[in-house]
Amino acid sequence: MTSTSPDLSRGPTLRERAGVPVRRVGGRLRRELIRLSDRAARARTAGRRPAGWRTVAAKEFGDHLTSIRFVVLLVIIGLAGVAAVVAAAGFLRDAASQATDLPSPFLLLFTQSPERIPSFVALVGFLGPLLGIAFGFDAINQERSDQTLPRLVAQPIHRDDVVNGKFAAGLAVIGLTLVALVAVTAGIGIVRMGITPSAADALRLLLYLVVALVYIGVWLAFALLCSVLLRRPATAALVAIAAWLVFTLFATLLAGLLADGLGPSDEAGRARFEHTVSQVSPTTLYEDATAALLNPQVRSVGLLLPEQLDRAVPGTLPVGQSLLVVWPQVTALVAGCTLTFAAAYVAFLRQEVRA
Amino acid sequence: MTTELSSPVVADGTGPAPAIWTEGLTKRYGDLTAVDRLDLRIEPGEVFGLLGPNGAGKTTTILMLLGLSEPTGGLVRVAGLDPTRQPLEVKRRIGYVPDSVGFYGGMTGRWNLRYTAALNGLDRATAEERIERLVDEVGLADRADDKVRVYSRGMRQRLGIADALIKDPDVLILDEPTIGLDPHGADQVLGLVRRLAAERGVAVLLTSHLLGQVQAVCGRIGIFVRGRMVACGTVDELAAGHGGRLVVEVEVAGPADADVAALLRDVPDVVDVRREGTMWLVGAQRDVRLEIAERLREAGVTVVHLRRRAEELGRIYRRYFAVEGSDDIDQS
Repeated sequence: MTSTSPDLSRGPTLRERAGVPVRRVGGRLRRELIRLSDRAARARTAGRRPAGWRTVAAKEFGDHLTSIRFVVLLVIIGLAGVAAVVAAAGFLRDAASQATDLPSPFLLLFTQSPERIPSFVALVGFLGPLLGIAFGFDAINQERSDQTLPRLVAQPIHRDDVVNGKFAAGLAVIGLTLVALVAVTAGIGIVRMGITPSAADALRLLLYLVVALVYIGVWLAFALLCSVLLRRPATAALVAIAAWLVFTLFATLLAGLLADGLGPSDEAGRARFEHTVSQVSPTTLYEDATAALLNPQVRSVGLLLPEQLDRAVPGTLPVGQSLLVVWPQVTALVAGCTLTFAAAYVAFLRQEVRA
Repeated sequence: MTTELSSPVVADGTGPAPAIWTEGLTKRYGDLTAVDRLDLRIEPGEVFGLLGPNGAGKTTTILMLLGLSEPTGGLVRVAGLDPTRQPLEVKRRIGYVPDSVGFYGGMTGRWNLRYTAALNGLDRATAEERIERLVDEVGLADRADDKVRVYSRGMRQRLGIADALIKDPDVLILDEPTIGLDPHGADQVLGLVRRLAAERGVAVLLTSHLLGQVQAVCGRIGIFVRGRMVACGTVDELAAGHGGRLVVEVEVAGPADADVAALLRDVPDVVDVRREGTMWLVGAQRDVRLEIAERLREAGVTVVHLRRRAEELGRIYRRYFAVEGSDDIDQS
């Protein structure tokens, strides 16, 4: 900085004028203070100015809700979910007439199913990622190809407001879909089975919703990352769908192959290795987490050896304990979602506005 | 290379800050220098045209003004603010219409404007009032409720201008506002720009590679080639040779052969010598007619025509970038 510089925001300090280098720490501290006072001044002058990401999110949310892809996905997942619960209800009615000591029969609606028809939870595990992909794969690259991005980032919002807003809008739509789906299927279940959920059941269902949201959030964040890195929406969609197929269909297969090649030779060790590897897939994490959350009888996820079950008294766990059992899985899902979104965030901020 | 700003601007708080001010502004991408030590000063109410071929660094300059791209070196101020430090404040004051501006096709023109208004934090009443006024001003009043998908290019461009004006900016930046428009559409857009600058007193920076249009609306013009501003001034100043070069037309009796060219090149301060029909065009840094006459007479060549060409912007323009990349352009 030269002495003739018209730095209007602050004058050069005496030290700078004298050519004495300002100490790093002092500079950083002052930058920080300037930043803080800027923010305070902004807050004062801005008045009721809403945060930029909220404006972006509101617009995106509206776009999603009126989009054809939302309607199509809602119909597909809705039909599948209702079919699964109706089938489970019929199956459970038969089973329940024989065994009367089923804990939380209401929750079995979502986890049990007759042969050939996947349970509701399994369906969400399989089709849910499509929701995430659908609302993320063209988030950024569509703005690029429509040439709306330069105009958008030239508005007085921070650049990250764009990604944040889009991610928030996607999560909101997914959350809305999940809540609606669970509410409808639970309602059908109540009518068909004639049983009402207990408070603990409702709480478990709520926890399940959160886990499912985070699980689909991982896919939303991944699709968002694709839309930042890949110029064409079609390519981004393909990459995201390829990843979805790999993780939902082939993950166990690949884990098995890996375990055969690299795992320990004894049977139990091999199985444990396989399970560990397959946990790289968010789908496995989701399935493990929901298994314990929606079934109070599950006391451990993953591999159980016969000697571990020896003389175990069957019993049920309270909600908190169930959550504790799958805490690692839940944490891993949250971390996966956060890290993937962080990658998309950083990639977007590092990109030039102009391609 | 012009340095209009030979004296530095001192920020002593007296007088209004220039709308746009840069000093030594530089942007490098690896080895490529997109913008090279640009000095620019645009006052409020002025219409400045940045003229240059594609890839000259015009858009890069604009992105740096908006704080969307960080300068490698040099200083930028927009309305006295540093875009890298106070990007939001700067973006609140600049209305920007990018080249081939895009809108959300599934939304109506009015809704697109509403979105921009919301991003600028305008309350609903103010936004509606401004939108009403602006769609009328840009001649889209009866089409504002159509989806943008069905708009023509000219309509999009005019919507872009309305979009940039929603925030009531101090500075309006138009990147290639007439690109892809038919002459009528271009006239509409330029007429709008002229009116805006006159009525609202906003500073306008517009870029183009089309000279005639820039000449029609801009008070001052900067010619931008390969990241450097090679000439800057009013049309008259440029025509008079400020920042440009003088061209002397020479026609000699007898065959116009290479010897004559060599003689002409030998004259001090001559920059280049070209052929145009039967004439030699001698580009020089100053009026060299006397020396030319002298030299040719000494060499025994009869001069039948010797005239200083009244430079039009078109000639300067062509010299600087219609022949860009060929050897007879000398940047030094």
